[in-house]
Amino acid sequence: MSRPRPEDIQVVKQRRDAALNALLESVPYIRFLDVTFDRRGDELTAQLNYSEKHIGNPFLPAIHGGVTAAFLEITAMISLNWSHLWERIESGALDPEEMARGILPRQPKTIDFTVDYLRSGLPRDAYARATISRAGRRYASVHVEAWQDHKDKLFAQASGHFLMPQEGDKS
Amino acid sequence: MADKKKLARQFIQAIPHAKELGLVLEDIGDGVAKISMPYDNKLIGDPQSGVVAGGAVSAMMDTCCGAAVMSHPAAPGGTATIDLRIDYMRAATPGQTIITHATCHHITRNVAFVRAVAVDEDADRPVATASGAFTVENGF
Repeated sequence: MSRPRPEDIQVVKQRRDAALNALLESVPYIRFLDVTFDRRGDELTAQLNYSEKHIGNPFLPAIHGGVTAAFLEITAMISLNWSHLWERIESGALDPEEMARGILPRQPKTIDFTVDYLRSGLPRDAYARATISRAGRRYASVHVEAWQDHKDKLFAQASGHFLMPQEGDKS
Repeated sequence: MADKKKLARQFIQAIPHAKELGLVLEDIGDGVAKISMPYDNKLIGDPQSGVVAGGAVSAMMDTCCGAAVMSHPAAPGGTATIDLRIDYMRAATPGQTIITHATCHHITRNVAFVRAVAVDEDADRPVATASGAFTVENGF
């Protein structure tokens, strides 16, 4: 009785990172806001890399509420799409090289998104993680939490609903 | 009153992120604001269709709601978002300018309540609607 030999660590990492990069690189708005992702296994942490362009109130200064909303929505959308595609990335059904060339599965669509602003966003990097509360065949419910200095002192949280891509959707 | 309108206009136009998004303040005053966002490739959220990212629409609506609060006759100064909910009705048509109308429909000493609608050139079918609560600040 022997299990198949596990894949080499570099092969696993390369495949996962290439697939994630392809998802991120394809979206101009993610580059525009300069949001990057850290990956540990399948867990993602988003980072909003601070820039003066993110400021909403120059007198405080504070991050624009709209930037916070957009950052949380990107975190929710990418985390949901990543978890939705994970099996197919791992099985090899999705080829990261093809993904990098722009041959990507359809994204989920945001139905609604509600943001709670708990503290003023300080002029520095921010981090966020999403929890998928429910991933149904048609609808998904996602919660996101964002912090800056202390993980337990959130500066914003959000929850939203998404419509999952359906088979037969044109791509 | 004209001063207040001017002040709110200056404040909105000084927002670094509003400039970055390419927002244009079309009209403001008495608790109502209208802001447009011309189509730009950097705002694309879905590369296959070229549809603008939901986040960009959110950022625009948040700005417009804040502008509506600041222009309200009973608002003494600036504002910050407490909570904002956005409903996405349909994808904005790629290539078209998105326009948001926001109305501050109720204000107390501490809280302002706002609603907003975003449309593209097909103004009869909203792209998104928003409703939110904002703080009422004494200064800026």
